[in-house]
Amino acid sequence: MQRVVIEAGGGDRRYWQDLWRFRELMLFLAWRDLLVRYKQTAIGLAWALLRPLVAMVAFTVIFGQIAKLPSDGVPYPLLVFSAMLPWQLFASAFADSGNSVVANAGMVSKIYFPRLILPLSTLAVCLADFAVACLILVGLMAWYGHWPSVSILSLPVFMLMALAAALGAGLVAAALNVRYRDVRYVLPFVLQFGLYFSPVGFSSSLVPDGWRLVFYLNPIAGAIDGFRWSLLGGGGQFYLEGVLLSALLSLLLLVGGLAYFRRVERSFADNI
Amino acid sequence: MSNAILVRNLSKRYLLRHAARPAYPTLRDAIGSGLRRALRGGRQEPGGAVTEEEFWALKDISFEIMQGDRIGIVGRNGAGKSTLLKILSRITEPSAGRIELNGRVVSLLEVGTGFHPELTGRENIFLNGSIMGMSRQEIARKFDEIVAFAEVEKFLDTPVKRYSSGMYVRLAFSVAAHLEPEILIVDEVLAVGDAAFQRKCLGKMEDVSVQEGRTVLFVSHNMGTIRQLCNAAMMLDRGALVASGPVSDIVTRYLRTVTGPVETSPDDVPEGQVRFLAWRLEGSTADDPHSCYSRENCRFVFRLVARTRVPHVRMGFIIQTLTGIRVVSGTSNTTHSEGLTLMPGCWDVIFTLNVPLKVDTYRVSVNIKSGNEYVTAWSAEPELVVLPAGDQLLSDAGSGLLNEPVKFCISPSCP
Repeated sequence: MQRVVIEAGGGDRRYWQDLWRFRELMLFLAWRDLLVRYKQTAIGLAWALLRPLVAMVAFTVIFGQIAKLPSDGVPYPLLVFSAMLPWQLFASAFADSGNSVVANAGMVSKIYFPRLILPLSTLAVCLADFAVACLILVGLMAWYGHWPSVSILSLPVFMLMALAAALGAGLVAAALNVRYRDVRYVLPFVLQFGLYFSPVGFSSSLVPDGWRLVFYLNPIAGAIDGFRWSLLGGGGQFYLEGVLLSALLSLLLLVGGLAYFRRVERSFADNI
Repeated sequence: MSNAILVRNLSKRYLLRHAARPAYPTLRDAIGSGLRRALRGGRQEPGGAVTEEEFWALKDISFEIMQGDRIGIVGRNGAGKSTLLKILSRITEPSAGRIELNGRVVSLLEVGTGFHPELTGRENIFLNGSIMGMSRQEIARKFDEIVAFAEVEKFLDTPVKRYSSGMYVRLAFSVAAHLEPEILIVDEVLAVGDAAFQRKCLGKMEDVSVQEGRTVLFVSHNMGTIRQLCNAAMMLDRGALVASGPVSDIVTRYLRTVTGPVETSPDDVPEGQVRFLAWRLEGSTADDPHSCYSRENCRFVFRLVARTRVPHVRMGFIIQTLTGIRVVSGTSNTTHSEGLTLMPGCWDVIFTLNVPLKVDTYRVSVNIKSGNEYVTAWSAEPELVVLPAGDQLLSDAGSGLLNEPVKFCISPSCP
């Protein structure tokens, strides 16, 4: 028979065990989010195709056609879209996990479960959108006849990097959101600015040498460069020190986010 | 039998902030006051813009619950009942103390937690079941039973946002009723839904707790439900455990604190008011003035004090089950169809009837209307207890409310 001891300020030992026990709940919540995602929309799943496509066209026109920025010998739409993939993954994972605890306030105040399940389960929808966007990319690459080299095998590494950064930041946001609802308004703002500080619409090779290190303090910048390199090749634009710095920061963000979330999680039900 | 729940010196403290602050603290406030504090070298702001007061929602509570016990928790609003359940359900942490839970705990603090309006009934059964701690196989195995209990077979593939509120509650409760925890924690959730479904749920809960030896903790303001479902009770008051024991003792004690001392003196009734003070039964052979035997002809005598003259009065009398089903009612209209004029003074209001009820406790109430306005209404205290007469069988749920002999015969009918 299961035996549980509740003590003031205690009970951490069981946490990871509980997280595993509740894994099915996490899958159910992910399944719910996927089911609900495009309910009562006229074009349904097409939204997952449309959003990155429209963003890509806009960026190609503005940065490629009007500003005439260099594309390092790659078709501009491909340059943009290969960066759009990790950026969208990061942005949606960050925003969704950041709102996840408050969005499920009813459950938090009525049911026990490891709260970490909420931000984790939101990743499913982001990954589903990511998968759809990947299909578009395959189509685009075929259209331009641009086939990747073996470097594409490193893609999962950069994907994990983007996810780690997103989840780390999302955990901090989710925990702060419980106390300060400002986060809900700050999040879209941060993401909007982040888009222009990250090499999505332009190539990182444009960044002056003096600013390189500062530029890669943005953890997603490294992930984006990694994506471009693994998909399109072109060693010239791959700046290893920068990518490593970003990777390190992503990891720190994830660990710090987890630690902070775990520390304040126990008071969620009292503050939500 | 071993214990299911062991609670030692449990306390829960909340900090109340007293200041003209918005309900949601904003980041700006936090950053602003943090900066100011930093500039002042870590000292608190002068003038004490924020004062924090400790509030003990629970203070030093200890108790033990044996396996298979069904415990009712009673107490006024703010006594700490819900906080206790939340701590036992691990939703919030205690500030001090220790709890041991032996067995799988499922807490039902709300019906339909996590229901999503866009999802269909079928999808919500799985989602909600999983949220309540059932595994996928478990839900799949009980799926048909859940659907049948909720009576929503036809609407399984309709989004629950199109459900009537009754259907919604039935579906949500049906999922909850099919949980199989060793310890079940239930908060005031039966207050929703129609009376018939409430009874069905109570029956189901009674079945599982009595037959399968499940431990149940149950919070309710409905003393009838507590009495029906529980075998023992605890009473909380302002965060402290003030009494525990057999359910009838605790319920009586609780009712006394809620209603306060009963006004017995007619002098206590203020000028201009009309009030019922007490009641008793006459013509019953039972010893207790508030009990009678089934099918006895009794006079229900209500003491009434009027400190004013009220014209066009109609008096009503109702006997209800504790779950709120009206069984019998009477009115002064049958003899005084034009209405009465109530004169100042003390009166005995008497309704006479043959009590046709099964053995149980019933709620008796009387009211006075002038025209369409209520002058006064009183839920008689204590409640009416109907005792088994002679060889009559004890009441059993499902056999009906009335103690009415039904004759049987069978005869040939084909030509």
